[in-house]
Amino acid sequence: MTEQPILSARGLTVDFRLRGGRRARAVDGVDLDLAPGEVLALAGESGCGKTTLARALLGLVKPTSGTITYAGEPLASTSSGLKAYRRAVQLILQDPTGALNPRHTVYEAVAEGLRIHGITDNERDRVAEALAHCGLRPPERFFLAYPHELSGGQRQRVVIAGALVLEPKVLIADEPVASLDASVRGEILALLLRLREQFGLAALVVTHDLGLAWSIADRLAVMYLGRIVESGPTERVLTDPQHPYTRALVSVLPDSPVSEPVVLSGEPPDATRIPAGCRFHPRCPELASGGAAAAGVADACRRTPLPVLPADPHQHVVACHLRMARPTKAAEAGSVSG
Amino acid sequence: MTASTTGTPPPTSPDTSPEEPSRLTSTRAVVWQRRRAALARFWRDYRQQRAGVVGLVGLALIVVAALAAPLITDASGLDVTRAPGKRLEPPSWWPWGPGEAGEFFLGTDETGRSVALLTLWGARVSLLVGVTATLLAIGIGTLVGITAGHFGGWVSSVLMRVTDWFIVLPRLVLAIALAALLGPTIVTIVVAIGVTSWAGTARLIRAQTLAVEARPYLERARALGAGHWHQMTRHVLPNVMPLVLASTTLEVASAVLAEATLSFLGLGDPARVSWGGMLSRANASGAVTYGAWWYLLTPGLAILVVVLCFTLCGRALEAVFNPRLRGR
Amino acid sequence: MPLLDVRDLRVTYQSARGPVPAVRGVDLTLDAGETLGIAGESGCGKSTLALTLLRLLPRTATITGQILLDGEDVLTMSWGKLRAVRWAGASIVFQGAMHALNPVHRVGRQIAEPIMLHERVRESEALARAEELLTQVGLPAWRARSYPHELSGGQRQRVMIAMALACSPRLIVADEATTALDVMIQAQVLDLITSLVAERGIALLMISHDLSILSSTCRRLAVMYAGRVVEMGPAQELFGDPRHPYSGALAAAFPKIGDPAARGRPRGLGGDPPDPAAVPSGCAFHPRCPLARPECATTDVELWPAGPDRVASCVRVLPAGSSREAS
Repeated sequence: MTEQPILSARGLTVDFRLRGGRRARAVDGVDLDLAPGEVLALAGESGCGKTTLARALLGLVKPTSGTITYAGEPLASTSSGLKAYRRAVQLILQDPTGALNPRHTVYEAVAEGLRIHGITDNERDRVAEALAHCGLRPPERFFLAYPHELSGGQRQRVVIAGALVLEPKVLIADEPVASLDASVRGEILALLLRLREQFGLAALVVTHDLGLAWSIADRLAVMYLGRIVESGPTERVLTDPQHPYTRALVSVLPDSPVSEPVVLSGEPPDATRIPAGCRFHPRCPELASGGAAAAGVADACRRTPLPVLPADPHQHVVACHLRMARPTKAAEAGSVSG
Repeated sequence: MTASTTGTPPPTSPDTSPEEPSRLTSTRAVVWQRRRAALARFWRDYRQQRAGVVGLVGLALIVVAALAAPLITDASGLDVTRAPGKRLEPPSWWPWGPGEAGEFFLGTDETGRSVALLTLWGARVSLLVGVTATLLAIGIGTLVGITAGHFGGWVSSVLMRVTDWFIVLPRLVLAIALAALLGPTIVTIVVAIGVTSWAGTARLIRAQTLAVEARPYLERARALGAGHWHQMTRHVLPNVMPLVLASTTLEVASAVLAEATLSFLGLGDPARVSWGGMLSRANASGAVTYGAWWYLLTPGLAILVVVLCFTLCGRALEAVFNPRLRGR
Repeated sequence: MPLLDVRDLRVTYQSARGPVPAVRGVDLTLDAGETLGIAGESGCGKSTLALTLLRLLPRTATITGQILLDGEDVLTMSWGKLRAVRWAGASIVFQGAMHALNPVHRVGRQIAEPIMLHERVRESEALARAEELLTQVGLPAWRARSYPHELSGGQRQRVMIAMALACSPRLIVADEATTALDVMIQAQVLDLITSLVAERGIALLMISHDLSILSSTCRRLAVMYAGRVVEMGPAQELFGDPRHPYSGALAAAFPKIGDPAARGRPRGLGGDPPDPAAVPSGCAFHPRCPLARPECATTDVELWPAGPDRVASCVRVLPAGSSREAS
């Protein structure tokens, strides 16, 4: 019944060396599975490591430790091996204006991938087909257009077509609609869903917008300071968030399923100074209000680090001492594990 | 009553479609059409720079004249032993001396050769040296700049230290040393100018490369699987090229001046006529005290005009490639 | 008498391509202590509107209409009165505090600057008031000695708010003040703004493209498209039940979490917001409108009543049978 995940990460960590010799741990141990045809949203605020994680999965950033496997095979370390991988796993960037070389026409932008990989037969047909699938019809009309002549939505469609032309199995989208006008975003998201239906593409969508996750994601993983703190089916995570951080994020949205807005004070610490114990404990409202103490886990919150969450695709899992000791009623009803 | 959209989005189209490519049959046709359109667009923008057009026309005239010199004039007039005129004759239309005017339009030099003829043939050498030295400088500079900017790390450090060394190298001293080593020929001058000019370009190109490398489309290229060569030639170079082109034209102006200086100091090929050489001989032969203004002014003005034309073109190119500089 | 009364405001920029009408006839009123949200996307004219309120547009811009602040027309005020109004009558919180703050001056001094300009106080007193303002916006007083680059995005935005409050204005205009911030910081800053304006009775004009935030922060809401207001009414009602198709499309871009109808069905508009230099005829929205009718291209739309205390400029809110063709 369980399919083999198409993209998988185990124990992934990524460190950056900063000026002055300090090390910033952008990704601090992540286990991740992406099933074929699944849309997984990776959510979190700036500095949580989601962008770095996405780049590491693409092979653009070298992980400090851990493994990434694609279709069961570990990622190659040579550049030629990585090149083959790049056909299968493609990137959609945030800013479509910056993502397209202003000197290249739409045709060249889309054909670039084909040329890099030496696919020369039927280039024109492949480009036309990719553009048509992305809603730019008739495709010939766009061949000679330059990016600055197109609207934001059209540019993003060109970027997606450029990825699609290589017939990938996985799309990794980094804030795919954040730079677009609000009323146009739905179109691009609908396009991604349509491509998933037509081609069986899996997608990992990195976003800070939980509404986007609600809109298109099958599963949601919430990241904080380099770790996934909660993950599971989108409906469950967003209507009944277990982790205090997720709960707070959902609660401040207008018209939220969590009734009481919990506005966290302060800001996340930077990645060079990850707190001991549970990394969220300095800002945790449960710890501050005594809820954790009442459950007897306050000490664990401050001292005991939590294990990396397993990449189980079906369960709603959360990394929190309090939830492990005292699951909420709803959680008990629907098999939450820590 | 929220808005609903149909399953497929309505055909979205750009506001302005630049061409109507209804008769495209192959990729090559697409590429050529795109190139022609780009060239037409470039010319349209360039035409708006009046000064640039003036410079371009001036350059065209000079280059044509220089190339056509063997066809329209008689090279024997350059031979010192067969000089047709008398020493330092004023131009034919100049009645006020010193000395009696002969039949030469711009007078003669100290050996009796026509100054007009010498200036025309001198253009060949000055332009040849100017262009060749510049190509050498730009070639090296671009290579070093892009490599340092793209690879970063120790490659960049090493290359930049080498560049720094070449920046402080004094052109004159090097030229004299080379002349002593290689003999005073055109090649010497070309090498001297080329080798001392590339460093400035390298730094400029490296800075621009760093700016381009930070742009998202480089990351997209890497994500598509592009290797270093593809990234540098398909993305970095085209975006750095405008800067290079504008820099090149200005560099030629500088090289022509440099050639004139070096020839004036006697480091050029004594067998070939060049403007700097003419100025040098004018000075040495006492033309100044004699009052033979035509001998000094003609090559001097020629240098001025060529440098001016290249500069105007270079500035116009800068304005075309960087719309913010376009005035209006 | 309302605190702010904008009457038939029209603003046209001069550009290389000719005149560009950025605002094409906007009427708004705002009472003291009230909160009004203006929703719209790029090119709708909302930022132009904000700048016009304090006459901060370039001289080449043509402005007609009236902006009555406490009964006096900002557009025809004398220069001296205008300077007094700027910051002490109404102030603006801009988006992108990194660009609005001077990087070479300390933060405290920048907050003290308008105080010293408007009131004749000594620098030490102005700085003391600046420190007090910082504590009111949730920053420790010693932060007055920091430079902007030493602060995070959220902290800089708080500094902008402190600056906006410096001269105790009666109206604050927040132009996309929280757009670039993370969700949690955004919530903090919004909480701060709403509590400050409530306790001081300041009127708030909040501009954003995020309709969901506006609906929970402001009491009334106006939606702008192509230089005009296309719908106006009580915020929650408008967000939940939009009458103009554009408001509907904008609302659909911010799905309600927990709403099963929004799962897997993202909705958006095709095309582009119109170029202000080339606005479509009739209803400016008709080329993109999923509910467009033939008469939409020819009818001069106005804000017609669309329910209690609601107006919308869409022919569909007109009672059936009445037609308004352009003459």
